[in-house]
This record gives sequence, C-alpha cells and structure tokens, in this order.
Amino acid sequence: MERPLTQYIKPGSLAFNLDDYKKTGGYEGLRKALKNMTPGEVTGNVKASNLLGRGGAGFPTGVKWSLIPMDGDKSKPKYLVCNADEMEPGTFKDRYLLEGNPHQLIEGMIIAAYAIQAEKAYIFLRWAYKKADAILRKAIDEAYKAGYLGKNILGSGFDLDLYIHSSAGRYICGEETALLNSLEGKRAVPRTKPPFPAISGLFGRPTVVNNVETLSWISHIVENGADWFKGLSLTGTGGTKLFGISGKVKNPGTWELPLGITVRELLEEHAGGMASGHKFRGALPGGASTDFLIEEHLDVKMDFSTVAAAGSRLGTGTMIILDDKTCPVAFVHNVEKFFALESCGWCTPCREGLPWVEKMLSSIEAGTGKMEYLNLLSFNAKYFGPGNTFCAHAPGAAEPLQSGLKYFYDDFVRHIAEKKCPWR
Amino acid sequence: MLTEEEIKEIRNEINQYPYPAVACIDALKIVQQHRGWVSDESIKDIALLLNVSNEEIDGVATFYSRIYRKPVGRNVILLCDSVSCMIMGYESLYGYISGKLGISFGETTSDGRFTLLPISCLGDCDNAPAMMINNDHFNRLTIEKIDELLAIYK
Repeated sequence: MERPLTQYIKPGSLAFNLDDYKKTGGYEGLRKALKNMTPGEVTGNVKASNLLGRGGAGFPTGVKWSLIPMDGDKSKPKYLVCNADEMEPGTFKDRYLLEGNPHQLIEGMIIAAYAIQAEKAYIFLRWAYKKADAILRKAIDEAYKAGYLGKNILGSGFDLDLYIHSSAGRYICGEETALLNSLEGKRAVPRTKPPFPAISGLFGRPTVVNNVETLSWISHIVENGADWFKGLSLTGTGGTKLFGISGKVKNPGTWELPLGITVRELLEEHAGGMASGHKFRGALPGGASTDFLIEEHLDVKMDFSTVAAAGSRLGTGTMIILDDKTCPVAFVHNVEKFFALESCGWCTPCREGLPWVEKMLSSIEAGTGKMEYLNLLSFNAKYFGPGNTFCAHAPGAAEPLQSGLKYFYDDFVRHIAEKKCPWR
Repeated sequence: MLTEEEIKEIRNEINQYPYPAVACIDALKIVQQHRGWVSDESIKDIALLLNVSNEEIDGVATFYSRIYRKPVGRNVILLCDSVSCMIMGYESLYGYISGKLGISFGETTSDGRFTLLPISCLGDCDNAPAMMINNDHFNRLTIEKIDELLAIYK
C-alpha cells in the first residue's frame, strides 16, 4: 500500500532535512514543473487529479486555482496562503506533516505559487505549534540557501518569497476569509463572499488558501500524474488521506490510508479496537464539526461522498470516538461550549444561539434541565444551518448537536427525568 | 513607553507589510514577549506607532486568546479542555492542579508563579490529555507527571 505523504515520517525522530528530502526525490517535482510545464499545465494536472481540499470542506483544489486571474502584470501581486491553523477539536494530522516532512509542504507551496503566479506566500501557523514553527523556519532557510526560494528559482525566472505568520489563537482563523483578515492584522471576522479570495483576497489581491495536507500532495501529483493519484483511493475520489482516531481505543493515532476504507477497518485494524471495558457508541468522523456516526455506520467508506450520504462529513478525517463510559450529553456539551467560546461574535445566530445552547446543555448535564430544552436545542440547531449565518462556524456546531439529539435522545431525556447525569 | 528594543522589533515587522497597521498582532506579541502582558498604556503606544486608534488596537488585542490584557504569572499553564482530552480525563487533572495551586481557570497564584488557563484542542489527541506550560508541550499527562512538571517551572 502506497503512503506517499508519510512514508518517510518516523514519529519520534528528527524531521527530514533538505539532504534527506533530496535523497528521496525531493524537489524533482518542482524542477519538472518549472522546466517542463506552464503554470496552466500544472493547474490542469491538479484539476485532472480531482484533489479535494484536505482541510475539511473538500473543495476541488485545481478548480480553486483556476479561478485566479492570469492576465500578467495586471493581476500582480498575487498570494498563496497555507492554512496551518489546525484547531478543530480531535484533529492532529497537519501537525504530523509539518513536524515530519516540512520540505514536502514547502515544495508543494512553490509549485502551487508557480501555478497561480504568486510572488508571495504565507504559512498561517497555529500559535501552539511551537515545534512545527522551529522546524519550518529551519527548512525555509535551507530552501532559500539552495535556491528553491527567492529570486529566479532554479534559473526559471520565477521568484517567490515565503513567510511564516504565527497566529495569536482563535479557531475562527481557520475560516479562509477570517484567516486573511487576521493576516492583515485585524480581528479574524469572516468576510462576505463574493468576492471570493481568488478575486479579492489578502490586501484585496487574488489569493489561494490551501490546507497543509492539500499542498503536501502537489509535488507528488506533478511528478507521478493525475491517474496515479486517482488510483490511490479505493473509491473514485482519488488519493490517500491522513486518518486519525482519538478516545478510548487501544491504539489511538494517525495513519495514511486510501480514501474509501471503512470506519470499521480504521477502528478495528488500525486503532486496535475499543479499549478494554469500553464499548463503541458513536464517533464524530472528521473533527468536532461533523455529525455523529453510530454502530449502523461502521461499514461506511471513509471518503467525501460516502460519509456525506451517511448524513455526516469526512471533515478532517480524524475521528473522535464516543464510548459507553463517556456521557453523550457531556460530550456534546463540551463540543458546543468550544463553538460558543470560539464564535467571532459577528452574526446573531452564532453569537447569541451558541451560548444559549451551551447553557441549556450545561443545565441538562447538571440535572437541572427541562424537557422543553430538547425542542429549543433542535430549534437552534436548525437555525445554525447553512444560509442563516455568515460563515460555516455555526453550521459546523449544528452537526454534533442535531445528530447527538437524534442518536442519543434517550440519554438526554434520562438526564432531565432523573435530574442528574447517569454517568456521574 | 515602549523600549527602543520593542520599537526596533515592531519596525522590523512593519517593513514586511504594505502598511503599518498590518503589524498590529505582531506588535502586541512583541510587547507581550517583553512584558508578559499588554497594558492600556502599551495599547496607546502601539496605536501611536502604527498610526491607528487605540480602540482599533484594543479590539484586536481582546479578540485573540493568546494576547493577555491582564498580568499573568511567570508561568502560564494551558490545559486542553477539548473533547478528546475530556474523554481521556482532563477534568480530574484540572481538579488536581486547581487544588494543588489553589487557583481556578483564569486565576494566578498569590506568589505570581503560575496562571492557569484552559486552551482549545492542542492537536495531540492521540496522546491526550495534553497541556502546555509557557511554550513547552506535554502529553499523556498523569497526576505524577504533573507533579514533576510543576516542580520544574519556578
């Protein structure tokens, strides 16, 4: 089984330096792109691969790039931004790539910048990722010295400067337009779309924002082609994915596996099954902002469309397991409290609704909840939905709430009827 | 008053950007790096340097969770309270730290040694529970490990 993104990452050992990376064929994809391909050909290649964004939304990467105006000097400057603000609860995959193989990301970014003809690139890095910060700075320094960054890269005439912006906290910075406001030194409040960042992004200029895992693919796709990429997945989507499992399982961790493996395979074969004395009750398949899957979904294939058909989202592909010793109300309360705290406060359903939901869940968990809260929770979940809010924050918060109420309704009722949490 | 060193570092950041106000978050972080937190006076000083209003700077400062607008202790404990760490028992660790230091989330010990704050998911869920002390990351926490760690930070 091929593991292109992680084959050289050995947890616990040092990150790949430039020499290591070059020995494994590193920067050959960049060489090929700059010497033999036009920017349009690179974009066409990525489009043909059907690489879907790995940050959670699954938007086709090549399509995103093709929205960038390519009319020479008139569209300068342009920007490429790597979203490395990993903060979705239960998600720990970008950290793995950043700490393990920084040059893979940097090479992908240089090729991506060439494809859209950007002359400046930023890595928007989560504040807490101190180790990744140091590793990236060293790798960027190596790349400049070797002539992969800076002026006239590999004699091609293409110039690129790459900067790291270390954030100052807040989950909303992961929303791409909020991220752009944050890069501009402002409050990280999402922007109205349209105009989309491809037309008016950073400093009002054409900008592409891509996730770490997405950009880490680019050199592999340029080198090996779109058909190779498509052949990596078990379903039609294309590629492998970093999956992860946390919670009460025998062997929590992150693994690169073909898109389309089942929830059961991930749980049983890779995570080693449930920890002894614990039973599976459900899982958020792709981070906190995805709907619960339960036992009947164990054979669902983990790819974008199949998980969506089962009523949830692949999201970040990192799964949080709910076991029978953990209270589902406490679980949902924890997640909603996170969303309430992290709301940027810009639009009403999110700013007012999320704290309301959090308070009701808190009192249900404490044994002082009322039956009427259950309808109010559903009411709020509905109004958090797409189209009612400015960005995807509240719709994300609605997912674990609505599915938690659906699958664990009896547990909510028990808390209210017994006036206590049965798990405490 | 900002020190010469602080002004020099902030100007370095300004030079990277199309206009000075973009350096707002960098400037707040620089001041906090030197002083531990950002006072009302520092807000005014940064506003003057970046040529924007005090309110604008304060609006940014109070938005971001890692900019402190109140003094913090010499060491800041950031205990992850997100869902994977909850499943893996952060609440009992919180109870232990809180009891041992005599402070709740948001408080500082009377000797100024520790401030205890919650933090959202640290991206280390397969090694939960996790926390940071200052810039250092720790995982697979137990009560014994917490005792060892707290002894290191003076």
